[in-house]
Amino acid sequence: MCRWKKYKRTLLQPSRIETALRTVMTLKPKQLFRQLVSWAALLPLASTVLVAYLGTVLWSLKISFTNSRTFPSDQYVGWAQYQRLFDNDRWLLSLQNLALYGVLFVAACMVLGFLLAVFIDQKVMAEGALRTVFLYPYAMSFVATGLVWQWMLNPGNGIQQAVRQMGYPDFTFDWIIDQDMVIYTIVIATVWQASGLVMALLLAGLRGIDEEIWKAARIDGIPTWRVYVSIVLPMLSPTLITVFVLLFTAVVKVFDSVVSMTQGGPGTASEVPAKFIMEHLFGRANIALASAGSIVLLLTVLLLVLPFMLVRNRSTLARVEK
Amino acid sequence: MTGGTLAVRPPLRRPYRLRPARVGVYAFLLTAALFFLLPLYIMLVTSVKSMDEIRMGNIFAFPIQVTLEPWVTAWTSACTGVACDGIRGGFWNSVLIVIPSTVLPILLGALNGYALSFWKPRGANVLFAILMMGAFIPVQVMMYPLVRILATIGLFSSLPGIVLVHIIFSMPVMTLLFRNYYLSIPQELFKAARIDGGGFFRIFLQLMLPMSTPIIIVAAIMQVTGVWNDYILGLVFAGRDNLPMTVQLNNVINTTTGTRLYNVNMAATILTSLVPLTIYFVSGRWFVRGIAAGAVKG
Repeated sequence: MCRWKKYKRTLLQPSRIETALRTVMTLKPKQLFRQLVSWAALLPLASTVLVAYLGTVLWSLKISFTNSRTFPSDQYVGWAQYQRLFDNDRWLLSLQNLALYGVLFVAACMVLGFLLAVFIDQKVMAEGALRTVFLYPYAMSFVATGLVWQWMLNPGNGIQQAVRQMGYPDFTFDWIIDQDMVIYTIVIATVWQASGLVMALLLAGLRGIDEEIWKAARIDGIPTWRVYVSIVLPMLSPTLITVFVLLFTAVVKVFDSVVSMTQGGPGTASEVPAKFIMEHLFGRANIALASAGSIVLLLTVLLLVLPFMLVRNRSTLARVEK
Repeated sequence: MTGGTLAVRPPLRRPYRLRPARVGVYAFLLTAALFFLLPLYIMLVTSVKSMDEIRMGNIFAFPIQVTLEPWVTAWTSACTGVACDGIRGGFWNSVLIVIPSTVLPILLGALNGYALSFWKPRGANVLFAILMMGAFIPVQVMMYPLVRILATIGLFSSLPGIVLVHIIFSMPVMTLLFRNYYLSIPQELFKAARIDGGGFFRIFLQLMLPMSTPIIIVAAIMQVTGVWNDYILGLVFAGRDNLPMTVQLNNVINTTTGTRLYNVNMAATILTSLVPLTIYFVSGRWFVRGIAAGAVKG
């Protein structure tokens, strides 16, 4: 407090202001122009940050406290929209789906991606071809992914029918039309799409590990799997955190794949928050409820991603200081 | 074996593996490769079968009679909701959206990165930090206000509108890519150019941009793939006359009533994925570089 006052006093000293003014005045017009130019060049960035990012979030926050329906209104209703949101069965179901989907998707991508990276790193033949095969789905859109898997998993003409024709008439694989299982089909499709990304990032991490560590482990007679679990994995933790953050942002965004694969069905069984919000914004004209939902989504992201970002920044800092 | 021979022996990266372990490695990798290739194979064979063959036959089976009819139908006469003009319209819409939505974000990203890493105006780092946080905001939070803002300035449901939205949403990654790239360029180079009397834009256009070719290629690959594969932004902001290919594809498959033409659907899906897949297979390592560079957020 005291320090701040002192700082303010020195900062606002008439003499200092005078010198500052004089510096500006003595700047040649050309120099002054150059300072202004570098500011002007950042105007698109500044306006995007202030209007498109900060502004829109504050606007949505404001709407979520009003009773707006089709058009925004200025009548504040406190937390009522949030209460209605958490009384809404469909929203609760969509949150439950998101949690289940998120845990399974992130875990499956991490495990599969890590295994692929480790196995590819064993000096195998045709490494380039394998990498290409594992990563190509990542170049495809979520819409295309959803549509392909919808076709493969449809019980009438898809995999179920094919296996039955092969002589297993009782074979059943109809998860996509099963209310209790449909969310798992979305996990399968999106894991197929995204685990190559995990593989690519972790493989880069594995290639960055010092040869000496492998030599030392071999001399000590430590089994390979043990080296991976106890030494390599902890060393990869910055990459793992990056991967986690990337996958988690994909989880919160999940929308395209659900819309194209199941349209949220059967019934509302594969409803997700992003889809709930979009429908209430544009279909059901309830923008206040939708905004409340989007704010809840934003808070979830911040709560889960921020700690990881902090940990990672600290660990990079620690490494730099060493 | 003496110490001397040990030292000259070529370094073995991994301990010597027994044959069964080797077999296990290949078995796992081949199974995984099959899992990853299966959808591509099924897409291809389904798209060249006749509907009768699809109904009677097996989804895994190789086509008995190859027909390109579904591809022609998908391109020229598949129904997207009301109109039956195929998805070629969507293809050209996507092309028209992708070109400005790649060029402009790259230029802006380069400009931002350049100003942030060399000129460092006061307060710019705060803006950059907020922008990086902005990359994590779910689009739904920004959706409605953006619709209103674009409607107010008369750009909602128009080509410039959807391009502007793509510029906004790609700014964090583009800025980060170029900022990190320019930070790796020695400051001395910049200082020398300043002493020689180079101004803000002269140094940018004549010195920095020509040096940025590798990162421009990476950024272009990311942007073209990302914008081409976008669904939600095109759906909301592009307007009926500019619907991108992904939106039309979804309409062809999910909103048509009547019999579902699975072969046409799969042909349309492949057609829609053709651009990003071609970029992926042609660009190879550049694509992976883009992922790695874009992943180092924060």
